[in-house]
Amino acid sequence: MADSFTINEKMSGRRKFLVAATSVASGVAGAAIATPFLLSMMPSERAKAAGAPIEVDISKLEPGMLLMVEWRGRVVWILNRTPEMLATLEKVEPELADPNSDKKQQPDYAKNRTRSIKPEILVAEGICTHLGCSPVFRKDIAPADLGPDWLGGFFCPCHGSKFDLAGRVYKSVPAPTNMVVPPHVYLSDTQLLIGSESEGSA
Amino acid sequence: MSTLLNSMLEWIDKRFPLSSNWKAHLSEYYAPKNFNFWYFFGSLALLVFVNQLLTGIFLTMNYKPDASQAFASVEYIMRDVEYGWLIRYMHSTGASMFFVVVYLHMFRGMMYGSYRKPRELLWLVGMAIFFVLMSLAFTGYILPWGQMSYWGAQVIVSMFGAIPSIGDTLQQWLLGDFTLSDAALNRFFAYHVVTLPLVLIVLVFVHILALHETGSNNPDGIEIKANKNPVTGIPVDGIPFHPYYTVKDIVGVVVFLFVFCGIIFFAPEMGGYFLEYNNFIPANTLQTPDHIAPVWYFTPYYSMLRAVTVNFLGIDAKLWGVILMAGSVVIFCFLPWLDRSPVKSIRYKGPYFKIALTLFVISFFVLGWLGTKSPTPLYTLLAQIFTIIYFAFFILMPWYSKIDKTKPEPKRLQE
Repeated sequence: MADSFTINEKMSGRRKFLVAATSVASGVAGAAIATPFLLSMMPSERAKAAGAPIEVDISKLEPGMLLMVEWRGRVVWILNRTPEMLATLEKVEPELADPNSDKKQQPDYAKNRTRSIKPEILVAEGICTHLGCSPVFRKDIAPADLGPDWLGGFFCPCHGSKFDLAGRVYKSVPAPTNMVVPPHVYLSDTQLLIGSESEGSA
Repeated sequence: MSTLLNSMLEWIDKRFPLSSNWKAHLSEYYAPKNFNFWYFFGSLALLVFVNQLLTGIFLTMNYKPDASQAFASVEYIMRDVEYGWLIRYMHSTGASMFFVVVYLHMFRGMMYGSYRKPRELLWLVGMAIFFVLMSLAFTGYILPWGQMSYWGAQVIVSMFGAIPSIGDTLQQWLLGDFTLSDAALNRFFAYHVVTLPLVLIVLVFVHILALHETGSNNPDGIEIKANKNPVTGIPVDGIPFHPYYTVKDIVGVVVFLFVFCGIIFFAPEMGGYFLEYNNFIPANTLQTPDHIAPVWYFTPYYSMLRAVTVNFLGIDAKLWGVILMAGSVVIFCFLPWLDRSPVKSIRYKGPYFKIALTLFVISFFVLGWLGTKSPTPLYTLLAQIFTIIYFAFFILMPWYSKIDKTKPEPKRLQE
């Protein structure tokens, strides 16, 4: 049985070579024919084209309110932070894993304490960097379930990751990094473009 | 009449090995005579598999694998299709019962050392079946496109994104998009109804072939083939599978169907454990439900996934969680080589193994229970402790199984 499949001592040199060459050629052919099938599973041209930037009017966004919009099938949060909320950002810093946003989870213009262009307006993808759930906005201070030290932020119901009001991740939670700040730009004082950094590419 | 049938059988046997296979696998397949309650679950798993195949085929006749229509098509099956509710509940209850019988089947193997030599491959094929079963359950759960379908899939697919360097590309390849969307639903449907069932059929066939090569283990964990009648060559402690065990298994089937029908007709949601309440809400890509948990059969692994909250050994907590979760399932594959006890069955093993197995079962249940709860600091600590116990059962087995005080195995099966 094994003789017919494997190269063995009894075979002539010519037969050994032919068996080996056929095996290699079949392997290459197998890999070649697998390629189109595997590539057919990558995002299609239509899916790639669907990532256009979106315009959002934030004139009606009151301080303390959170607006959710959809961009590329993901939820993007726009949070108008009150001065009290902004004041918490410094207080929680000892508890944070990456308070200075050193990991590249935001464009350079959002690498600051508020992780934003305008201090009060946070624009962030509302997706937990652990396993993709959407955290819950918990602006209540010191609720029973989150403990007396909670100053407001985002709590992921899936696996308990915690983020502050700038989307910065706390220490000792499953999520490894701060939340993603998508590229965005202000077209006017109240008109926000998400998904692009210049008016031209919109 | 009987001569006609006989000549027909002869005609077939010359062209297809019908009688010889019937004998080899049923009427002259000799199984140990001391099978107990725990030996029902192999045949019951097969029964549930047939149930899933049949009900699944009928569900595809009305289900639409389209993100904008999937949820409504499931409601349509439940409300407007004649007996659609019954077929769907048979399928959804079957999914949970599949795991019930497979977990009991695996536990039987662990108690009686069925994974030990010469049945290592049989055990590994069984593990492959378990992996395919988990994939089937996961892809099937996505299809109704409810809130739990969507966010459960989001979590599982994101786990692949945790793999260093290739993670992001792999995730896009799995989803066929940059986010979980219609493309993913469509392909998970293809896996659930075509790819995985085909693979499972082949694996079940291979599992039974491997079983019939080595012969069944038994509650005493000794080989009946070591003691054959010198004249007939038949194991003296063996009885033919048919009719003895076919009849026994039918009794098991009847009892099982009582339970199965009871669930279908009186508690198909099983208090949110078989069908979760949040999955009666259509998928909302903007909002995760306040409390998400997988279906009960995945909760032990899910607990381990979220148990790690600190980075160590240069690997971040997220990847550790994924490694532990995958490891907690894969580690079963190593059982044949971790167990160094001179005896197979728990009947002759010593106190260390019995304590270890008990602790393992407790940790499995506690982790399963924790997986249904929202994470709090106390629960996370409990999950960490029981994750350690879970893994200790496997990792310490080479030592405790070796120094354990075993009893001598008997020469013949005990009555």
